[in-house]
Amino acid sequence: MAKNSEVIKREEVVIRFSGDSGDGMQLTGTLFSDTAALYGNDLSTFPDYPAEIRAPQGTVGGVSGFQVHLGHSEINTPGDYADVLVAMNPAAIKANAMWVRPGGTIIFDKDNFTDKNIEKAGYLNDPVKEEKIENYNIIAAPISSMVKEALKDFGLDPKSVLRTKNMFALGMVYWLFDRKLKYTEQYFEKKFSKKPEMAEANKVALRAGYYYAETIEALNPVIKIEPAEIAQGTYRNISGNAATAWGFIAAAEKAGLKLFVGSYPITPATGILEELAARKDLGVKSFQAEDEIAGICTALGASFAGNLAVTSTSGPGLALKSEAIGLAVMAELPVVVVNVQRGGPSTGLPTKTEQADLMQALFGRNGECPVVVIAASTPSDCFRYAYEAAKIALEHMTPVLLLTDGYLANGSEPWKIPLVSELPGIRPPFADSKDVPFLPYKRDCETLVRSWAIPGTPGLEHRIGGLEKTLKGTVSYIPENHEMMVKFRADKVAKVAGSIPDLDVYGEDSGDLLVLGWGGTKGYLLTAVRELQSEGYKASLAHFNYINPLPVNMCDVFRKFKKIVVAELNMGQFADYLRMKCQEFRYEQINKVQGIPFTIKELKDKCIKILEEK
Amino acid sequence: MAELKTYNYTPRDFKSDQEVRWCPGCGDHAVLNAVQKALTELGIPKEKFVFVSGIGCSSRFPYYMDTYGFHGIHGRASAIATGVKTANPELSVWQITGDGDALAIGGNHFIHVVRRNVDINIILFNNEIYGLTKGQYSPTSEKGLVTKTSPFGTVEEPFSVGELVIGAKGKFFARTLDSNVALSTQIYIEAAKHKGASVVEVLQNCVIFNDGIHDVVAGREVREDRTIVLKHGEPMIFGKNNDKGLVLDGLKLKVVSLGENGITEKNLIVHDAMEPNPGIQYMLANMRYPEYPMALGVIRSVPGHTYENDLVEQINHIQKDAKINSVTDLLASGSTWKVE
Repeated sequence: MAKNSEVIKREEVVIRFSGDSGDGMQLTGTLFSDTAALYGNDLSTFPDYPAEIRAPQGTVGGVSGFQVHLGHSEINTPGDYADVLVAMNPAAIKANAMWVRPGGTIIFDKDNFTDKNIEKAGYLNDPVKEEKIENYNIIAAPISSMVKEALKDFGLDPKSVLRTKNMFALGMVYWLFDRKLKYTEQYFEKKFSKKPEMAEANKVALRAGYYYAETIEALNPVIKIEPAEIAQGTYRNISGNAATAWGFIAAAEKAGLKLFVGSYPITPATGILEELAARKDLGVKSFQAEDEIAGICTALGASFAGNLAVTSTSGPGLALKSEAIGLAVMAELPVVVVNVQRGGPSTGLPTKTEQADLMQALFGRNGECPVVVIAASTPSDCFRYAYEAAKIALEHMTPVLLLTDGYLANGSEPWKIPLVSELPGIRPPFADSKDVPFLPYKRDCETLVRSWAIPGTPGLEHRIGGLEKTLKGTVSYIPENHEMMVKFRADKVAKVAGSIPDLDVYGEDSGDLLVLGWGGTKGYLLTAVRELQSEGYKASLAHFNYINPLPVNMCDVFRKFKKIVVAELNMGQFADYLRMKCQEFRYEQINKVQGIPFTIKELKDKCIKILEEK
Repeated sequence: MAELKTYNYTPRDFKSDQEVRWCPGCGDHAVLNAVQKALTELGIPKEKFVFVSGIGCSSRFPYYMDTYGFHGIHGRASAIATGVKTANPELSVWQITGDGDALAIGGNHFIHVVRRNVDINIILFNNEIYGLTKGQYSPTSEKGLVTKTSPFGTVEEPFSVGELVIGAKGKFFARTLDSNVALSTQIYIEAAKHKGASVVEVLQNCVIFNDGIHDVVAGREVREDRTIVLKHGEPMIFGKNNDKGLVLDGLKLKVVSLGENGITEKNLIVHDAMEPNPGIQYMLANMRYPEYPMALGVIRSVPGHTYENDLVEQINHIQKDAKINSVTDLLASGSTWKVE
């Protein structure tokens, strides 16, 4: 497929696919991302879809989007503004026009811009005029009629024909960025192996779009993004939810334990349960519970019986699990609870991202009830932190709360596949069968960790439970014993600090402004701070993955900066937590609670404002 | 089947060193004795028993057993026990619960463990009252019962445990009296041998808050005339003088007197606990005095697939031809690319 148009090279580009939630935009974006990744670009993706499976057709509420940011250089975020927007209907323009870079390219399906659809989207007349985007590169392609024409000899019903519209659009975008169709065609062959005519129809639509873009010279010059400079190794694309699931599987294998997951479906965490349910080949026991409470309680039962036990959920589900997390704290059983945060409170914004469950994770239980809290910061490092969460839970006999979020869960990025042999070992404190009589709450002097006696082991029969008890496991209401046990449990969790890494600083380790973040915002904060640095500002980033306990060097890091700002997608929960834990500093705040990630621009603007304040 | 091993246990081997703290005269003591007795006859080594409970008087039970035990939180014992059994199907898992724990706060978990047919043995102590919180009505309290939270009598219909178990697709339901240790022991043994979720309802007396609630059928003087002990394969006879029986009259059960109107043993229904269609078992489970005797014994015991067995079989089946056998295989599966 020769190109006649001029080709220019660019460092990076952002593309946003959008349409009705039934238009297949998530698939289209994923196929484009896979092709880019296989080509060698670095990339980051972010799906943005409505909670309703099929919201009323043609309405803004029903618009589903998928943004991909690819580059020749390192990419840490899905990008703020799109260079190219694909809009399958007027509502997609309405929802996304403000996210297109001024002068950018907008491809839309002209056939879908009927008076009725224009009105449904909330426009009075021509959307292009109303949005004042006439001077953008507007490509009004008759996508529906073109696929009808291209597929007229296939004998398919009209619905199936129109279902290939997204592939026509994808073909156009492939041409814009000089991409090969091969990987996508292979996908069709595999997906429709039993329906070869559907595979062929999709291929024809894809190619028709590609040639159409070429014929009309949809973009001149064509943009070429060379492969990124990436460390040697084998790579794959991975989403946060898949990476989380795989981290647990790896931890179980490394610890020599069976993996049990007890979960109840909840957006956006369901993908973890689905991924684990599919891994029967690796012996994963997945249990779809009758509710959130049964999810964690079956996990606690499995943990008592000697499995690596996990449960996955999102905010409202974490609320339901609170009492059982307390039981795990009291019984001192290892369990990992994943909370894929979404917009709250209550049902809130199920498909949107937020970091507002931090206080719930840290403190949302009755009694003195400390748990380890850690947070993943990119889609792929969900693997590392799921693995770490399991390792800490098993080695310290404690529940661990792993925080991810909707952005990490559904976002994906290329990931250098780690060697399993290089993952750190996991050594649970199994009780010695000669250690009789077994005292369930006898502790290691150093770590305060109790040992784990697995049912089925002769001679180690013992009882545990949610009542306060002595070291022998006997129920006890003695006042001094209760206080002693409360302190033991707190100290045990505090001592986990000895086995977590120091807080790193991105940039100079002293300067005018230290930006603090935690969890899923890392890519945005890092990009913003690097841009500030290249503009001459003395700003650095310290990003937290370990929230409780906090890294021991934290205050030393803070001391070397004139100002500290905490940026997070909530009203300031981490800032408040730091005020409690490290009172000597003043913490500025950057907060956003809109269900969407930061933009680089707003982060930079706010940092500069703070830097300039006296 | 492998022959049962003998371990020469005595009930004492299952007693923990904890002081039993139930009220003197509480029916729970007798249940504890019967269970400890039953365990000696199962041919299962002590380390394989796990007792799981929720919250309530009966839920203190695991502390008194010298086995593995997990005293959970209110209502969740079914879920915890499911996790234990699924994680290790080799274990003999027992859930100790009460009418409030299993049927109010734990109602959801209870019906689902029964539906899934997880092979655990559930002993449900039914005293029709909340004891540990000192006397509030429960989901099995008779309508009109005056308690601290129903000072003018309840206005709620109670659950019938057997009806609920059958409705939840239960395959094993039995009923016993706390005071009848011999019958109880036998029923616990049968419950343990049954593969699948076995529910045993114990009509248990709370001496403090609901004393004598079951006396109308369980009282020493009247017991034989007002209960019937069902035995699989045997005609349904009861009464002090073995002179009463049950027949099917149209679509309903009917109490008859042997020798009257030409009725003989041959006219009586023969109990079939193994019949998959629960129609008659359902009627038996719901019999109440004075119209009928209260049914005791194993009312329903139908073989079926167990959750944990099917799960293990599915895993084994998939692993036989699996291309992914390790995490290394998993990480390399699907689309990958090399950067040189």
